[in-house]
Amino acid sequence: MRFREDDRVSALRIADRDFGSRLIMGTGGFRNLDALGRAVAASGAEMATVAMRRVDASSRGSLLGVLEEHGCFVLPNTAGCFTARDAVTTARLAREALGTHWVKLEVIGDDRTLLPDAPELLAAAEELVADGFTVLPYTTDDPVLARRLEDAGCAAVMPLGSPIGSGQGILNPYNLRLIVEHAGVPVILDAGIGTASDAALAMEAGCDAVLLASAVSRAEDPGAMAVAMRKAVEAGYEARAAGRIPRRDYGRASSPAEGVAELT
Amino acid sequence: MPTVAINGSDRELPAGATVADAVRASGAPEDGRGVAVALGGEVVPRAGWAVRELAEGEQVEVLHAVQGG
Repeated sequence: MRFREDDRVSALRIADRDFGSRLIMGTGGFRNLDALGRAVAASGAEMATVAMRRVDASSRGSLLGVLEEHGCFVLPNTAGCFTARDAVTTARLAREALGTHWVKLEVIGDDRTLLPDAPELLAAAEELVADGFTVLPYTTDDPVLARRLEDAGCAAVMPLGSPIGSGQGILNPYNLRLIVEHAGVPVILDAGIGTASDAALAMEAGCDAVLLASAVSRAEDPGAMAVAMRKAVEAGYEARAAGRIPRRDYGRASSPAEGVAELT
Repeated sequence: MPTVAINGSDRELPAGATVADAVRASGAPEDGRGVAVALGGEVVPRAGWAVRELAEGEQVEVLHAVQGG
């Protein structure tokens, strides 16, 4: 690939949709809709997740309005579901409410770690794919499970770097590399990003995109962190495309070894 | 006058009340934009809101999109 200064990061294609940004924003954790709107704008994200919860008559402002204003494709999630049955019903409710057949599928197996429940996740993915959904599953970093989810017809796989909201970055880069190596669908690093270098590492490892929320929404300055994440995702993607130098055990001079003056 | 649970709170609705009435009682926007309803764990499509009558003790969940994920 030839790099030109004006090259835009090439489009991310998931199922039949193209996205100009490889950063996907979760909308959780922002103090208010203003802060969310500013961060989404600064991030350049073209897709953002939402959760489905009971209507609260006292809630103010329009989340969907803010996302629409910033041209964000809305991706509902099934956060809070602990069984395949609840996740499937929640996805169908989101389809009814938002008129989308896309879903970020989450089936959590443990309250404390928020790690995915693999058997329930796979069962829910199969059922939703059969029901015509475009399924983006939040999964563990297990390469075999990622392959099973792809085989089930998921439009992407979204392995975690570390537990949701933990900010621990990518704890098992080896597993992530294996997932990327074998995946025939986009791989989106989802969960665990703490700071910009984590996002860059995910992209350098070959991920197609990064999904994050807390790293921006709970940063001291969410807007500034959104800018940092946008740059990190672009830099990681471009570095991957540019082809990094191999790691060496010893130094290798970059100045000529010949023609060195004899000065003593 | 059936008593139904709307988002976990017991509410008394007039006889013959439908899902549409429960949606209004939940505080959802009048036009129901961005809202979905589950009755006993099953989705009630919007087209059925005005005709599906509620029976005593039924559980209605009225959901919408919030910040998350």
